Amino acid sequence: MTFSNPSRRALMSGLGGLALATSAGQLAFARSTGQKKIVLVILRGAMDGLAAVAPYADPHYRPARGRLALSLPGEVEGVLPIAEGFGLHPRLEFLHAEWRAAKLAILHAACSPYRGRSHFDGQDVLENGGDTAFGLRDGWMNRALGLLPATASPKAVAIGLASPTVLRGSTPYTSWTPPTQPDVPDSTIARLTDLYAGDILLSPALAMALETSALVETQATEGLERRRGAGGLGGYRTLTQAAARILSAPGGPAAAVISLDGWDTHANQGAASGSLALRLQSLDAALASLKQDLGSTWHDTVVIVATEFGRTVSANGTGGTDHGAGGAAFLLGGSVRGGRMLGDWPGLAPAALLDGRDLSPVNDLRALFAGVLNQQWGLEAADLRSKVFSGGSPPSPLSGLIA
Amino acid sequence: MITLEAVTAVNRLGLGARQGDLRDPSQTEREALAQQCSSPQAFLIPGQSLPDRTQAGAVLATYLRERAGSPAISGSDRTMTLSPEAQQEAVAGPIRKMLQFAFPDVVARTHHAISTPNGFAERLVYFWSNHFTVAGTKALTLPYPGVFEREAIRGHLTGSFSELLLAVVRHPAMLLFLDQAQSIGPGSTLGKRRGGGLNENLAREILELHTVGVRGGYSQADVTELARALTGWTIAGERLLPLAPGATPGDSAFIAALHEPGARKVLGRSYAEAGEDQAVAILKDLARNPATGRHVAVKLATHFVADRPPPDLVEALTDSFIMTEGDLPSLHRTLIDHQDTWRSPDGKFKSPNDFLVSSLRATGGAPPLPRQLVEAYGALGQVPFRAPSPAGWPDDAASWAGADSILKRLEWSQAYAGQVTLTERPLTLAQGALGPALSGRTVEAVQRSESAVEGLVLALMSPEFQRR
Repeated sequence: MTFSNPSRRALMSGLGGLALATSAGQLAFARSTGQKKIVLVILRGAMDGLAAVAPYADPHYRPARGRLALSLPGEVEGVLPIAEGFGLHPRLEFLHAEWRAAKLAILHAACSPYRGRSHFDGQDVLENGGDTAFGLRDGWMNRALGLLPATASPKAVAIGLASPTVLRGSTPYTSWTPPTQPDVPDSTIARLTDLYAGDILLSPALAMALETSALVETQATEGLERRRGAGGLGGYRTLTQAAARILSAPGGPAAAVISLDGWDTHANQGAASGSLALRLQSLDAALASLKQDLGSTWHDTVVIVATEFGRTVSANGTGGTDHGAGGAAFLLGGSVRGGRMLGDWPGLAPAALLDGRDLSPVNDLRALFAGVLNQQWGLEAADLRSKVFSGGSPPSPLSGLIA
Repeated sequence: MITLEAVTAVNRLGLGARQGDLRDPSQTEREALAQQCSSPQAFLIPGQSLPDRTQAGAVLATYLRERAGSPAISGSDRTMTLSPEAQQEAVAGPIRKMLQFAFPDVVARTHHAISTPNGFAERLVYFWSNHFTVAGTKALTLPYPGVFEREAIRGHLTGSFSELLLAVVRHPAMLLFLDQAQSIGPGSTLGKRRGGGLNENLAREILELHTVGVRGGYSQADVTELARALTGWTIAGERLLPLAPGATPGDSAFIAALHEPGARKVLGRSYAEAGEDQAVAILKDLARNPATGRHVAVKLATHFVADRPPPDLVEALTDSFIMTEGDLPSLHRTLIDHQDTWRSPDGKFKSPNDFLVSSLRATGGAPPLPRQLVEAYGALGQVPFRAPSPAGWPDDAASWAGADSILKRLEWSQAYAGQVTLTERPLTLAQGALGPALSGRTVEAVQRSESAVEGLVLALMSPEFQRR
């Protein structure tokens, strides 16, 4: 849908039954809380953390990885050096620059409390914020947004995947995927809006979708690549570009959840080149584009890049890696205190591995999520423990993440 | 007098009413559905000459030969000087040939869906095809999903779950999709000589998705043991053909020299069988496992009745599965006969595929051109045979009724209404599609619309047509 027509935009602002129902005072408040943004990028399929952030100096790294092992820093196609003994994959050049500018922090050997090896359960626990798959029906980001002051417009946008579990729940959110079809007349939209009155599923969904489209489309759309899904390589950048437009619009949402598919590398994943390298390069380019497109908003934005779990330390029989445990997560943004590795590092010694095969997930991703929610949005640790995360004993928020 | 039961039978349990489907039924709805689920013919796409597994294998073999000669694909040093987009384009040519091979299946399946009187049987095909997902989302499986659905699913829905499982697991499409074709027993003759090793992807998904389910009580050790038992099942490609006497090139084959020797233990039972009999014995036990019955029952009730299925119905389906050792016609008959199937106050929110097919059935327009189909499936977000993961497409309103999804349906409806040649007024079409389920408010909105296009858009987007 294109929103070139000014009457459409006028209609949009009226359509936000949400916007009509709130006072000017609440709108102003919404703007101030919306200034601090959190972007959660979920790499679906389990990114190989040991390929993205290689512990190249660990004596067990090269034997276990075999032909998946990356070369030493300084060698041809060698890892890009970061902390002592660790290097980024050679295709992660933007992230390396952010590390050197002390704006990228890394949490390695990290996972949600989930210890099975199912993608679907793993993503569910990553997103529901508890410790059991399908133990909660809503997601931690949605519950966190519920603690922020009420706003006139949706507090979050889902990009790529329209209804991620992490955003499901009672706090309204909107969603966006790349456009493919022609314009719908205003009159039809108005009549359909009437017809949906009272339908609790369809009415809010339509209203929010129209507002979100208006946000993207009122700015130039020529740069948007069309017809690329969340799994395509060029598609990653399409999604982060849209996220930047929606987030940086006046009154734009405080959170975006971007789903990037395609990380399940069971076979022939390659090392410095090959299929995983291409995907990492596309992720790197998409994050670079997010920074550029957010402009000054980047300084108020914290980006978390996480995946449901890591992959086996050893290469499998088919040049790939199977489902594992500890993975790698990135934290970046204009005010992130970066240039450092967070958490603990268990090493790759066989005795240190989980079940003798996987990087031990000694760091709970929820500590990272809670730390960001605490320092970026000012949510209290007690509320994070009792209302946002649950199950067993939710970990304390990591401190000192944001300057 | 058209009853609500007729609407449920045709719209919720089937693929949606064509004009005339909701006229007074000549037999009871339940009998009509029962006949469909016991007739092997009802599950087939009639009158089509579509390719088989060995033709798909030949197309894949051609692709692999072309790929071996292309630096952009084989990952040599030159690759790094190309942008991701340029690399994608270099891959695109050989890939396109496989897509062209696979596409007639998408067209045939859609045209069949639009015209078939056996909507219930066809929805069962969709259900089982999704349960045993093979997606054309990786190069190796591009030519296969349509072939797989016709060969492994459609032909096995009037027998037992066990036969269906064996047909699915041993089909070349599944062996390729879940990496089994490359898995080698480390202690096998070839494994010892050439190296290589286990890939546990198929073993894990058989347990997690196809049979007992993720809470079915298996451990990592069970996954690895099943993976060992499955070694040997692969594709009879050029190099392996000499080791598989009698095998058809490109078809699946059991190659003893790849099989991990020794007894296996899965879910507490030991399997001393040799060769391919070992995995067959394990799969047959998994197919009989009560946890499999319950897993299938929950999914079936969720698909046909409600996102949170009625517990009584789930119990009845589970019991049927266990009592009959997974006899599929009995299971499907239990679904028809249970009273909860016919009561679901909120119904099911249509998936994009349901919405598209039911719209085309309701309007009775000419079948879309292939190009229009590609655009429609892409825009609505559910391209056949391209499910996002081995778990298949989601099956609940929370996944399909997001803000953006509604907008995409509206945009497609607008494009379609602008192009279809209607033989009836939009209100007549809505009455024919929804019968007594059509609401007064929708009637009013369609009547007041300013054009036939707008009237049709409102009918297709109405709350009752968005649900089944």
